Amino acid sequence: MSPSNMEEGSLTKKDFVTENDVRWCPGCGDYAILNAVQRTLPELGVPKEKFVVVSGIGCSSRFPYYMNTYGFHTIHGRAPTVVTGVKSANPELSVWMITGDGDGLSIGGNHLMHLLRRNLDVNVLLFNNRIYGLTKGQYSPTSEVGKKTKSTPAGSLDYPVNPLLFALGSEATFVARTTDTDQKHMVETFKAAHAHKGTSFVEIFQNCVIFNNHAFDPVTGRESRGEQSLILNEGQPLRFGENKGIRLNGFDPEVVELGNGVEESDLLVHRSKTANPAYATILAQMAYPAFPTPFGILRQIEGRETYEDALHQQIQSAQAQGTGNLQELLTGKNSWIVE
Amino acid sequence: MIQANDSFEEIESAVVRFAGDSGDGMQTIGERFTDSSAFAGNDIATLPDFPAEIRAPAGTLAGVSGYQLQFGSRTILTPGDEPDALVAMNPAALKANIGDLPEGGLLVVNVDSFKDMNLKKAGYQNNPLQDEEFRRKYQLVELDLTSLTKDALSESPLKPSDKARCKNFFALGFMCYVYGRPLEPTLKFFDQKWGKKLPDVAEANSTALKAGFNLGDTMETARNRYQLAKAVVQPGVYRKISGNEALVYGLVAGANCAGRELLYSGYPITPASPVLEGLSALKKYGVKTVQAEDEIAAMGVAIGASFAGDLSVVATSGPGMCLKSEFIGLASITELPVIICNVQRGGPSTGLPTKTEQSDLLQSLYSRHGDCPLPVLAAHSPSDCFDCAIEACRIALKHTTPVILLSDLYVANGAEPWLVPNVSDLSPIEVKFADPREPYVTYRRDSQTLARTQAIPGQPGLEHRIGGLEKSEDGGVSYDPQNHEKMTRLRAEKVERIADFLPATQIHGQSSGDLLVIGWGGTYGAITSAVKAMQDEGFSISSVHLRHLNPLPADLEKIIRSFKKVIVPELNLGQLSMILRAKYLVDARSLSKVQGKPFKVLELREAFHKELS
Repeated sequence: MSPSNMEEGSLTKKDFVTENDVRWCPGCGDYAILNAVQRTLPELGVPKEKFVVVSGIGCSSRFPYYMNTYGFHTIHGRAPTVVTGVKSANPELSVWMITGDGDGLSIGGNHLMHLLRRNLDVNVLLFNNRIYGLTKGQYSPTSEVGKKTKSTPAGSLDYPVNPLLFALGSEATFVARTTDTDQKHMVETFKAAHAHKGTSFVEIFQNCVIFNNHAFDPVTGRESRGEQSLILNEGQPLRFGENKGIRLNGFDPEVVELGNGVEESDLLVHRSKTANPAYATILAQMAYPAFPTPFGILRQIEGRETYEDALHQQIQSAQAQGTGNLQELLTGKNSWIVE
Repeated sequence: MIQANDSFEEIESAVVRFAGDSGDGMQTIGERFTDSSAFAGNDIATLPDFPAEIRAPAGTLAGVSGYQLQFGSRTILTPGDEPDALVAMNPAALKANIGDLPEGGLLVVNVDSFKDMNLKKAGYQNNPLQDEEFRRKYQLVELDLTSLTKDALSESPLKPSDKARCKNFFALGFMCYVYGRPLEPTLKFFDQKWGKKLPDVAEANSTALKAGFNLGDTMETARNRYQLAKAVVQPGVYRKISGNEALVYGLVAGANCAGRELLYSGYPITPASPVLEGLSALKKYGVKTVQAEDEIAAMGVAIGASFAGDLSVVATSGPGMCLKSEFIGLASITELPVIICNVQRGGPSTGLPTKTEQSDLLQSLYSRHGDCPLPVLAAHSPSDCFDCAIEACRIALKHTTPVILLSDLYVANGAEPWLVPNVSDLSPIEVKFADPREPYVTYRRDSQTLARTQAIPGQPGLEHRIGGLEKSEDGGVSYDPQNHEKMTRLRAEKVERIADFLPATQIHGQSSGDLLVIGWGGTYGAITSAVKAMQDEGFSISSVHLRHLNPLPADLEKIIRSFKKVIVPELNLGQLSMILRAKYLVDARSLSKVQGKPFKVLELREAFHKELS
């Protein structure tokens, strides 16, 4: 155990690797995400001892055991509540919450909503593999309708939740999507999430090699991703593939081919800081096969106070008129003396 | 000003009950009468009793709200079995309460409300006030409260409907006259509550209160006024305190003793909400409060805050405890200090949410999955909540464990005078954190307590992981069968060893004899009163009132074996008696009551007599 109060910038990925054997299945997308997080943290200028990684339950939630930071592997779906406690107690900490589609959107959907609306300054990484892995292959709340699994031999019935829409509906101040197949994009996205003051919600497409292999191949696979994914670049028109773009027709997006009278200036331009959530909502609803699936920061809104700042601010302003005297509190205003 | 001019009858104690519609302000005048009695130097115990509905249909039995208190010049431990005086604001209040008023009791009724419709709503065929037998049975005082109040307020600028709402204070003024209570505390209350914002309301209520008092003075009644000497108590500064208030102050004091920041998270639930509200008002004491989205979240926030180094607390009631159970298991296996207060109410499910019960003892002891013993303690009176809260902080921090602190609705809402402690007399709570200069081993234990040492995030070199999976001593996840057994036994023994640090059990009475009464929690007053009365009659009876329900005190078995018989009165179906039978193989008889009401002293005495005959 080496003291790590080292100079800013001197940390490397190795400082965040634990001695524990990583026990995900060979080929699991979680390895790539772990690698990206371990590459991101040394570059943030935050002392190692300030990092706290908190998770719920599920394959993804084993994450804290593999990070050489303060870590807390909690219970199913409830990581947002523990994160709220950690950050309320000590706003100085850089808190990273790891969850999955089942943990975050099924059993823990309620807590996630409240974390997002409260806007604590934490980073939420939701590993979405559209399946229950740790319980061996039941369908999840993000599985497509008709998903045949061990618990749904005739196909699943329920309409899936869209994690980005869920976050936007909860008025999250930072909403992004990335994928386990793109190290560079993950690191960029995680850095932006850290830089954002408020709750940063990042959905990560994560491949479960055992129970839902190739689930994202059409959008993230080498051959098709050019045509089926849309990389969001701030201030740039929404372009994808060889020569395609997204144009707005009324409130509806449409895929257009440039040329034949369609100019680049007709395309939607990506502005993630737009106050109105309608644009981000349009993006969040775009998905393969009708649309390219967007990756990047859909929305980032500055200026909403974080919960922990407001909490501590109230205490500071109450104490500005003098800190409480415990003896006075106990005695109260209506005491009497017995001689 | 107001002067009393008639003769007084000296009495030692009295029991008064105010009853009316839940919107009539009965709790308010009950509390004011309590304050006046405290101010007058009497000992007091109170029993607020209100329905679960905020405003049940007016005039119906379902909407009757009551407030009973006993006050006296002697030690008062209970709000009294039955009232000496009953104030009934309407027929429903009369009907719901008259059965408790003994023959010859003082009955003050608001005759204005005894109209056909109200009588019908209360289920009266005929007006009982016109029944000669009824009239002979009680000392009946009929007051036209609504019209008397309106007359008294003829000069007030308030609307007629607002004037009528002052009638509860008219009634209070009258009762203050009867029992020689000072008006000053109530006048001060008006001034503090409305003096600045609503001076007309303050003025009108003051006028109504004084008019009620003066009416007593001028009424030609044949009755005497009553007078009570001051209770003989230890000198010092006193205040009135309710159980929930004492809990709030105890938690703040506990954090102060430990030098830790206090973080409270809660979700509103009867009867624990006043703890959330009370602590939320103490920001200048540095108290952080989080109103969580649900009971589960409240527990998670507390666990997160504890991990990050705060002294964290939750308070709830039975249904909330059910929801927190999984998280409490996490706090147990991660060995984090958290104080979990359960202000018990009638269950199961929504049960009797505004009535008292002690039926969550087994839940506190056993509601987690896995072998997961936790320290459990119970407060026995409103002011005892203060001491218990500090004790819970001490145990949680010293022994690195979640602690369950039981209160109940009767203790939480009841009030009594409290000798305000000197902050400098409170013993400090020593907390040892991991030292960044030494290698950190997550589950290395103190040789005496078996407690682990917490390492607080933010300190270099102490990075570590905790979680719900079983760990080995070094903090690594371990599926080793031997290790799981070892850790399970260590966690259990850690809790068991708390008993080594408990003081000797206090026995009320002789240390051996015919009958030992064992109680816990809010039954303290009734048990102690009954036992004392029977000791005075010469019976060989003693009582022990347990604060620590887990671990039980080390000397309890020896005490139990020094008596021929053991009886355990509880407001449940016999939960502690079952534990005692299982643990000590003793024939501990259960005396059970589950009516949402505290024991009466008389019913306990009858039961004890039966055991001894």
